[in-house]
Amino acid sequence: MDLKDLYRDVIVDHNRRPRNFREIEPPRCTADGHNPLCGDKLRVYLRLADDVIEDVAFEGSGCAISVASASMMTESLKGKTQSEALALFERMHDLLTGRESAAANVSELGKLAALQGVREYPTRVKCASLCWHTMKTALTGGQTVTTE
Amino acid sequence: MSARAGNIVQPGLDVARIRADFPILHQAVNSHPLAYLDNAASSQRPLQVIDAVAEYYRSDHANVHRGVHALSQRATDAFEGARSKLRAFVNAASDKEIIWTRGTTEAINLVAQAWARPRLGPGDEILVSRMEHHANIVPWQMVCEQTGATLVVAPIDEKGEIRLDEFERLLGPATRLVAVGHVSNALGTINPVREMTAMAKAAGAAVLLDGAQAVPHMRVDVRELGCDFYAFSSHKMCGPTGIGVLYGREAILAEMPPWQGGGDMILAVSFEGTIYNDLPWKFEAGTPNIAGAVGFGAAVDYLEDIGMDAIAAREAQLLEHATRVLSEVPGLRIIGTAEHKAAVVSFVLEGIHPHDIGTIVDAEGIAVRTGHHCAMPVMEFFGVPATARASYSFYNTEEETERLAAALNKAQEMFA
Repeated sequence: MDLKDLYRDVIVDHNRRPRNFREIEPPRCTADGHNPLCGDKLRVYLRLADDVIEDVAFEGSGCAISVASASMMTESLKGKTQSEALALFERMHDLLTGRESAAANVSELGKLAALQGVREYPTRVKCASLCWHTMKTALTGGQTVTTE
Repeated sequence: MSARAGNIVQPGLDVARIRADFPILHQAVNSHPLAYLDNAASSQRPLQVIDAVAEYYRSDHANVHRGVHALSQRATDAFEGARSKLRAFVNAASDKEIIWTRGTTEAINLVAQAWARPRLGPGDEILVSRMEHHANIVPWQMVCEQTGATLVVAPIDEKGEIRLDEFERLLGPATRLVAVGHVSNALGTINPVREMTAMAKAAGAAVLLDGAQAVPHMRVDVRELGCDFYAFSSHKMCGPTGIGVLYGREAILAEMPPWQGGGDMILAVSFEGTIYNDLPWKFEAGTPNIAGAVGFGAAVDYLEDIGMDAIAAREAQLLEHATRVLSEVPGLRIIGTAEHKAAVVSFVLEGIHPHDIGTIVDAEGIAVRTGHHCAMPVMEFFGVPATARASYSFYNTEEETERLAAALNKAQEMFA
């Protein structure tokens, strides 16, 4: 077990300088994600233009894994359709939980593949997946807030 | 890693010999020797306790208080003998005052449901402190919902000490019960509970003390404290999990209705009515955790053999050393700096979330707790989502703290 597999340079970098770390003004979709065990709190914002994710951002506090995961997620989702985003959610779920199907095409995931080290640390899987679950909730209208 | 500081051991407390009693400590975790610094969550057990439990199951087990046969008699003697040991350990007046529970949490819930619920109503107040464990908050919130009573919270200061002036001010004719922790699990603060109990008594309130973090680390005399109830757990003091004690003054326990119904808590049952058993069995429905009680008794024997004063002195050394060494780690802030503390060092590290600290030091074989420590109001007060916490027992060493400090420096480099 090498910590460098978990805290890869790209993860440390996204933790130190999270991208798209801001609020998106309404109209928007948003949801809160909370991991009470470790105190991670995230709020994910999405703005859709028809079916396409035009902008995506997040705010909150958490461990390096949860912040870096959220930061990289926002970069990867911009310009994707809703169904593409939900498909990516499934792929990330497979990657983090170590299912075989994902391992074959890990390179297609680009930067997000850096999170595959998490699977060796079962207690940290939830940290990496929190933002993705929160995004899914926001996208599927779980706690969508739409104002003028 | 370094062995700069030789272990400073008091005469009479041979740490190497003590560590030899704890088989679990002698293992490698992630290719490093285990450094177990999570004792406030749960301590480890010496062979003397493990063997007592095994021997009970191997030779003496039967149900208690039920049979005339030899094994039932032996099991009953072992079970009630353990109760006497616990009574002597906390200096209760009688075995009738020692109720077995599943642990501190169940002990507090017993008082909440069997003492507070039948007595309290709208206008009554229960006073707790800001630094309580959730187990000494939620049972009272439930009682307040059930009865219409109000939960009042005494504030703490920046050092993590109770604001004694505010505590006294909040006491009044409406205060029916004061429920406070003897030692804070999240901060290590040792509260002035004797003084607080006297203040509460002067105001006419009953007093429950949560002693889960105190009894393992210092001599506790419930009669000297003057409280009505005192709750603590076996697993934090080298005993088995799943058993604890509620001490209650006999007079107050006698006035309380049973909590749960079932076998052992009755003298006679008919469909016309049931006669409840005497203390302490009135509060012990069902077949109890007999092996747990036997192991708990063995744990108390073990601690008495070392001596609670020697344990307290050794842990004070470990705390003094850990406070000094960890304070030298750049960017480290200790949460909880009370003048009187148990050997608990809660801390945050600038730029590194406690959860990451936990993983990084675990890779070095060091077990610390990270999170809110079941004390979310405390975290909120100090403005942190979580802390990392090193908590000590008499079997820990200065070298383990040195290793923790080295691992924290490594974490700083990794995140720099």
